[in-house]
Amino acid sequence: MSSILFKNVRLIDPASGQDSKGSLLVEKGRIAAIDPKETPKAARIVDGKGAVLCPGLVDMRASFGEPGAEYRESIDSGIQAAVAGGITSLALLPDTDPAIDNPALVHYIRRRGEETGLVSIHPYGALTKGCAGKDMAEIGLLKKAGAVGFTDGARAIADTKQMRNLLAYSGFLDTVIVLHPEDPSLASGGCATASPQAVKMGLPQIPACAEAMMVARDLRLAELTGARIHFGHISTGEALSLIADAKKRGIRVTCDTAPPYFAMTEADIGDFRTYAKLSPPLRLEADRQAVLAGLADGTIDAIASDHSPADADDKRLPFAQARAGGTGLVTLLGVTLQAGLPLLDALRLLTVAPARLLGLEAGTLSIGAAADLCLFDPEEEWTVTAGSLPGRAQNTPFDGRTLKGRVLRTFHHGREVYTAEGLPS
Amino acid sequence: MSSAHHTPHLLGIEGMTEKDITPFLDLAESYALLSRSRNAPRDVLQGRTVINLFFEDSTRTRTSFELAAKRLGADVVNMTVATSSVNKGETLLDTASTLNAMHCDLLVVRHAQSGAPALLSQKVEASVVNAGDGMHEHPTQALLDGLTIRRHFGRLSGLKIAICGDIAHSRVARSDIHLLRAMGNDIHLAGPPTLLPGALGTLDGVTLHHDIDEALKDADVAMCLRVQRERMGSGLVPSAREYFSLFGLDRRRLALAKPGALVMHPGPMNRGVEIASDVADSPQSVISEQVEMGVAVRMAVLDRLSRMKNPA
Repeated sequence: MSSILFKNVRLIDPASGQDSKGSLLVEKGRIAAIDPKETPKAARIVDGKGAVLCPGLVDMRASFGEPGAEYRESIDSGIQAAVAGGITSLALLPDTDPAIDNPALVHYIRRRGEETGLVSIHPYGALTKGCAGKDMAEIGLLKKAGAVGFTDGARAIADTKQMRNLLAYSGFLDTVIVLHPEDPSLASGGCATASPQAVKMGLPQIPACAEAMMVARDLRLAELTGARIHFGHISTGEALSLIADAKKRGIRVTCDTAPPYFAMTEADIGDFRTYAKLSPPLRLEADRQAVLAGLADGTIDAIASDHSPADADDKRLPFAQARAGGTGLVTLLGVTLQAGLPLLDALRLLTVAPARLLGLEAGTLSIGAAADLCLFDPEEEWTVTAGSLPGRAQNTPFDGRTLKGRVLRTFHHGREVYTAEGLPS
Repeated sequence: MSSAHHTPHLLGIEGMTEKDITPFLDLAESYALLSRSRNAPRDVLQGRTVINLFFEDSTRTRTSFELAAKRLGADVVNMTVATSSVNKGETLLDTASTLNAMHCDLLVVRHAQSGAPALLSQKVEASVVNAGDGMHEHPTQALLDGLTIRRHFGRLSGLKIAICGDIAHSRVARSDIHLLRAMGNDIHLAGPPTLLPGALGTLDGVTLHHDIDEALKDADVAMCLRVQRERMGSGLVPSAREYFSLFGLDRRRLALAKPGALVMHPGPMNRGVEIASDVADSPQSVISEQVEMGVAVRMAVLDRLSRMKNPA
């Protein structure tokens, strides 16, 4: 594999805290040198013209429709969206059809990722068989097959005793249990956060405390069992307070959020916009502010895309019947950059932080690391337009929004896997 | 009322002002008189097609719209789509393209899902009238309630109006609240906490009560809403007899309201649950007049939407 020299770039490596202008040399798919004194003669030169070069993004929670719902998003189509978003490592949720609950399926997902070769795909294993919340999946065997963590995806484990057993059993495997924090009984039938607007719209509602109630239960069970847990897409201030307290008390807990929860509120579902129907549902402004505060103070450990594809027929329905979920791969970087965080911190939440949570060798610019890189212009604006985004699924909640920060080029293991329109390849 | 893309619709009362509402009431009032004298003008909607598209059974509302359209000379077709037998979403959009091909002018939609008429209105060329969507809105019911009240008091402002019953699941309550607020009335809602969303108490001019006696005290209007049998014993209300005992409108409670206060109910009634039979049938009851005004209001709505779409 040939050498590449990135020159005139702003190198940002959250793992080391580096933020400086310079150059970076890639050889044989790995990072060979920073600010090299000599350039190999055959090296391709990429002139960044001052753009940021950072580790490729690590998205710790995304769903594709493969296997079972490829019409929404296949692995092939989904990774087109991922690389356009600067993402080079993806952890895929297991609540597919069939669910990723046996070792052969873990191997299948990994092999599909390798076939495409554009990004590193890491499957989660199902926590329970069929992600049905009842019988324990073979999590030991799934881990041996390469599952990076265990979850039932967008479903919570309703049965408290079974949850205790799952956490207790996982304790000896040195793995992380990723949870969807929402009391399923309280949330059943609901599609919008309880609010004056939802009352006026006549939508079945979910009180925001459905999240904190589940977080409280699972934190207590993590304390009881010593298991390591991670809450996905945290969206309320009440849950964040519980998590911050638990961290202080030494409970092994981490959490992430997704861009809609710090960039949108329930007001965005006005006029029954089904693209803004998400799970958990969009919250009130006070919770959005609490999520921003949680990102700034470190209570939230990572930002994930929460990519959840739907096709037109899933969304062109009355609000309560429409499928919940939005795409998020292409917009992950741009929306995060608008959260008001220092650039180094924002990129940490998108790279090395989620990589460490899942134990992945990714998300750094250290010498010898795989050359997974994202070159982006933090100033360039672009408008999100559903219908013309890369990938199959177009159900972005950010349709029509102008984002600042555009991915120019993405490299995976030293190979250019995405080039923005209009740039020489 | 919305008219994006130049097609006017009546999807809800929310957002309408006194200036938007009054012309509907004025026109409806004149149609009420013409209907009584059997002199409705048959040429108003001549050559226009009105389709009553009902995804939920409702003999009363459908008949009311059908009569209204016929009295104005429209061609009327009733389509009742059983939601249980088909994939609901496909039907909704497939139906929209079918209706476009039929060149329907006015589409009256009843659907069990909040927002379904709004979704349809984005896909059809006809003007859409929301005839009730889920727990969202039922705008013609609010207009007919408003007209009934105005005819009795000579005004539709400055009145104390008590609304009792299943507010949480009621599209009638939402539309009535929007309309009565827009016209400037003092609204008192009463019901058990499971049927009365606290968020409504944040609206100006709306007061919540769990004691129906307080809501009714000195009220000009006592409006009861249907409490469906399936709410009973489902965890929201323990039983019909407990509900009637604590929240039913009986003669003793009606006496707390102003003398001659109007008794209203959008129907169909559950006698002995939300309202006592003798109250429903008392001289103060204007429940039959509500039905009569319903036809007049729907005539006015079809007429005005048609004229807004096809200005003379």
